[in-house]
Amino acid sequence: MNEQEQQQLLEIADDELIVGWRDSEWTGIAPLLEEDVAFSSIAQNEIGHARALYELVARERGATADELAFDRSPEEYRCARIVELRLMDWERTIARHYLYEEADAKRLEQLKRSDDPEIAGLAAKIDREEAYHRMHAEMWHERLKDEPRYTAALDELRPLLEQRGEHTPELAELWEEMTMVRRSQPAGTKW
Amino acid sequence: MVTPQQVWDALAEIPDPEIPVISLVELGVVQEVEVRDGHVRIDFTPTFLGCPALEVMSDAMADRIRALGAEPEINVCLDDSWSTDRITAEGREKLRASGFAPPAPRGAAAPTLVQLQSNAHRCPYCGSTETQLENIFGPTPCRSLRYCATCRQPFEQFKSI
Repeated sequence: MNEQEQQQLLEIADDELIVGWRDSEWTGIAPLLEEDVAFSSIAQNEIGHARALYELVARERGATADELAFDRSPEEYRCARIVELRLMDWERTIARHYLYEEADAKRLEQLKRSDDPEIAGLAAKIDREEAYHRMHAEMWHERLKDEPRYTAALDELRPLLEQRGEHTPELAELWEEMTMVRRSQPAGTKW
Repeated sequence: MVTPQQVWDALAEIPDPEIPVISLVELGVVQEVEVRDGHVRIDFTPTFLGCPALEVMSDAMADRIRALGAEPEINVCLDDSWSTDRITAEGREKLRASGFAPPAPRGAAAPTLVQLQSNAHRCPYCGSTETQLENIFGPTPCRSLRYCATCRQPFEQFKSI
């Protein structure tokens, strides 16, 4: 796996980890019980994808998935700004979900054609699970697509899909929460 | 000296941690068993990548192999080699008998919302196909929730992967 491929996988892994954390923020407080269940499951899948992607890169670098996920500083993450935002309103949550899943599907299609069989194999597995996320996003998109608040949210968030490198202050806040327990433990502590 | 058959038999006794009515072998997550000089390598392919039971399964397999007097190596395959099509016929029947509707066969293309919303899915309790999709997601990532209009019973449908 060359450096460019590793960077690409890290970019996707970071997106999946961070969007998974954001999705999990609906656990227990979503407006419908079904959505509480759905966003919790989606979060679990996304973080599982992140772990598998980190593992592929970690093997190349003699590191662990946890080290890649949690021991970098916030500035080193390669995620897009769209996944970083803490969104506690439904129209922007669904808008991000729809935009993200659409963009994720495109890059997975490319990765499935990778010359590296490990990358192509993992992308194919991830895509099987993502198919259910896409159906969920489409279902909500169909329901909301004529609502002005929802279309405004799509317009607001779409440009953030491509913005990487310069992070929002929200990423640093999330990083504090996400790594707090790990940072408070002596190195090598086993759970 | 341990034989591959002894290993398969031992693995067939490990229940799935979340749905203990079926074994890991019936679930189809064991791809290959290789025995060499008291060393057993198992190619193990996860169901869903975010499944929290992965480590429990790996540890349970390693323990069984040690109990056979061999050294285990659990190789986790991060590829597309597991599908719900790998659940054995016995495994599917055990799922159904426990109230989990077994998965439909994996299609060439990804499943669609129209398919999930169609009433082609059979209720595991009464056999009716008058069922409707309640939620694409369920208590674990591998299941959806459906409702049977005939026996008025909600049930869990395995997703096709």
